[in-house]
Amino acid sequence: MVCIVSKKMSEHIVSVKNMTFSRAERVIYDGISLEVKTGKITAIMGPSGIGKTTLLKLIGGQLTPDKGSVIFQGEDVHGVSRNRLYELRRKMSMLFQSGALFTNMSVFDNVAFPLREHTKLDEDIIRTVVMLKLEAVGLRGAAHLQPSELSGGMARRAALARAIALDPDLIMYDEPFAGQDPISMGVLVELIKSLSKALNVTSIVVTHDVSEVLTIADYVYILANKKIIGEGTPEQIKDSESELVQQFLNGNADGPVPFHFPADNISDSLIGAKA
Amino acid sequence: MSFLHDLGRSTLQKVSSVGASSIMLFGALFAFPKWKNIKLTIEQMYVVGVQSLLIIMVSGLFIGMVMALQGYTILVNYGAEGSLGPMVALSILRELGPVVTALLFAGRAGSALTAEIGLMKATEQLSSLEMMAVDPLRRVISPRFWAGVISMPMLALIFSAVGILGGHVVGVDWLGVDSGSYWSIMQSTVEWNKDVVNGVIKSIVFALVVVWIALYKGYSCIPTSEGISKATTQTVVFSSLSILGLDFVLTALMFGIS
Ligand SMILES: Nc1ncnc2c1ncn2[C@@H]1O[C@H](COP(=O)(O)OP(=O)(O)O)[C@@H](O)[C@H]1O
Ligand SMILES: [Mg+2]
Repeated sequence: MVCIVSKKMSEHIVSVKNMTFSRAERVIYDGISLEVKTGKITAIMGPSGIGKTTLLKLIGGQLTPDKGSVIFQGEDVHGVSRNRLYELRRKMSMLFQSGALFTNMSVFDNVAFPLREHTKLDEDIIRTVVMLKLEAVGLRGAAHLQPSELSGGMARRAALARAIALDPDLIMYDEPFAGQDPISMGVLVELIKSLSKALNVTSIVVTHDVSEVLTIADYVYILANKKIIGEGTPEQIKDSESELVQQFLNGNADGPVPFHFPADNISDSLIGAKA
Repeated sequence: MSFLHDLGRSTLQKVSSVGASSIMLFGALFAFPKWKNIKLTIEQMYVVGVQSLLIIMVSGLFIGMVMALQGYTILVNYGAEGSLGPMVALSILRELGPVVTALLFAGRAGSALTAEIGLMKATEQLSSLEMMAVDPLRRVISPRFWAGVISMPMLALIFSAVGILGGHVVGVDWLGVDSGSYWSIMQSTVEWNKDVVNGVIKSIVFALVVVWIALYKGYSCIPTSEGISKATTQTVVFSSLSILGLDFVLTALMFGIS
């Protein structure tokens, strides 16, 4: 079963061009542009609620930008037909923050799901592929378990096995480290690194865990205030002179990104409350 | 000014949610003819249909028994207790069967559907299907929709059958109405087209509405715990009101003008 896919070997697998997006009346992105190099690990960092998940959904075509475009392997994700979008999505996969395993099927069936939906392989081969994918994430022994029986870290690894089932060109990780204990965090870091090298996939890792991601990323973007406030290799980022970037890296409570959500003057509102 | 603004916005939201739910309905309707979906539909018929069977049968039995008891106490004053059979059968086949089944179905299966879809949304399973290039309308909504629409008329018929038997238990076995007249007058009075078929048509209409509301509320809920609980409540409230309102309209059309 050798399948040779002729990939468009362009330098950038994803380009976001001058994209604006708002939700209800709130602007989430105001004209951002970024590029993801083929075969590399690109990290996108930013504080919670800044719209990182939203960005991945925009790249995956689940949300449509107000302005600007997203190019995946040379095609405008939001300009192509629905069928073509579904074909493009077979080449990208997304690891959701919660894992998003289907709760009504076993780990094995979860990993087999995309294969059964999109290929005509017979059950023997599906079984082999699923076991190989589960072996890659160290969960071959857990194939028969139900998702509810897995720990948080295991669930995320099982979801990762499902995400790589169809050998995608791009994997988008949404907060892969959030809420993990140090050991599963280490396991996940190693997995992302080794999958990226072994399968030669491009990875986008969205996170607010600075130290982990700086060890594996080839290129980093930092988001804040609806814009990209810093970008570069991990070394360039660490040496950045931008106050914003330094505040984010060092986790200072206050700085250019204010600690306080915009509000009235406190004395006014306290006096107002008395009146 | 801000009042007008709010009014305009909430009207637009209502209109667009009607639009969105219609789009979903059509997506679910036309996503049907695919072998895989038929298998999923049968699975769902087990969940929404077979698992509702017990509550439907128990309720049918009691309602039939109550109808017989009430009917008997009235009819016996006119010496007309022989007509107990048709009275029970007609009220159940025409009204109580479809309506009570639909109300119970909304509470038992409709709320469960909303909660299930809402949870799938909250745990990103629906997004995850989308990203795996699998259409959630086809895969999740459509099988549940058809399963509900097929199951409910069957449940209503079972309800009616059990109800008529319940009427027999109370009327004949307990109160002593003649068994022969219970059945024979019922047979000569109940008309296939007018009573049985109309009851089934009512029940199909109720099924469409209940399942549509349940699925749409789940699919469009705000994916948080409050959002899901609100959507579940709304499913039961909106379904029940729609059932009762539509029942009046359908009854007027079917039996009112003749
Ligand atoms: N379905 C939605 N409807 C409206 N607003 C949303 C929705 N999902 C997320 N948001 C809002 O969009 C903003 C960005 O969300 P998200 O992309 O999840 O942030 P992050 O992943 O960076 O924590 C948040 O303020 C959130 O409240
Ligand atoms: Mg997020």
